[in-house]
Amino acid sequence: MPEEIHITASSEISQHRIFKNEVSVFENKEAGVHAFLLAAYHHLEIKYPKFYKMDNLSKLGWLASEVLLKDSFDAGKYKPDDVGVLLSNASSSLDADLKYFESTKDIASPSLFVYTLPNVVIGEICIRHKFKGENAFFIFESFDADFMEKYVSNGINNNTLQACICGWLELIGEEYKAVLFLIEKDNNQENHPLENNQPEKMLFSKENLNKIYHLRNG
Amino acid sequence: MDKLIRNLKVQIIAQLNLQDVKPEEIGDDQPLFVEGLGLDSIDALELIVLLQQQYKIKLSNAEDGPKVFHSVRTIAEYITEHQVPNN
Repeated sequence: MPEEIHITASSEISQHRIFKNEVSVFENKEAGVHAFLLAAYHHLEIKYPKFYKMDNLSKLGWLASEVLLKDSFDAGKYKPDDVGVLLSNASSSLDADLKYFESTKDIASPSLFVYTLPNVVIGEICIRHKFKGENAFFIFESFDADFMEKYVSNGINNNTLQACICGWLELIGEEYKAVLFLIEKDNNQENHPLENNQPEKMLFSKENLNKIYHLRNG
Repeated sequence: MDKLIRNLKVQIIAQLNLQDVKPEEIGDDQPLFVEGLGLDSIDALELIVLLQQQYKIKLSNAEDGPKVFHSVRTIAEYITEHQVPNN
């Protein structure tokens, strides 16, 4: 009988707010996207100078993963190869692509160029947390919970992965939405409910992915 | 030379997004790569862009890079040697 797979945490960054397990943990309504991401970084009180060099998509993904994993992820339970990162969005790296294209009118910027692929954000997350498991970045018109559920379940059920960060990470101009999920296999240890704010662990299903994703309409 | 070194520190911080670093925290002779400021290969490319944009200087030989970009002082010396005076 296959082991049960659960959503053990979620994070969302959208509309000037950050949520952990569906509860608001940060808000800055005055700021544009660049200032908002910087304010959120300072709020987390993590010293990681590389953050300043990232493009906005990577900053968004890095912040969403920090919020997701904080107090929810026991790195000691896993080997580096056990943890995967599977993300998706609609605009790929277009935000960075356009900025890089603009820079080529003067002298092309090497530091912008390195972010002209969407999966670079996965690299930033993996470097930060020393993850070496399977990773991929998919482009869809909208969040495809069915695909994500099947892809991640396959990786976990065939033991390629023991845990996975997956979800939606979209940013173009001033529009952004990140919804990340921490997916873990149930090892029949003690009950490990979503931290603080959700009384019961949530089964990993497309219905539950969609339920969390659509909490804030779109 | 001192003024050029001061300006370079401000420009390097801006070009490389070193927002946690203050100009006075960068020593004139402090190594910029690895053990010093911890810059990486992309930063090296950005320093080349900085020379082109701010001082109209192209690094003529890429193999000179490690020597030229060793410290703020070595960059300043390179600029002083290679900058074409304004008419």
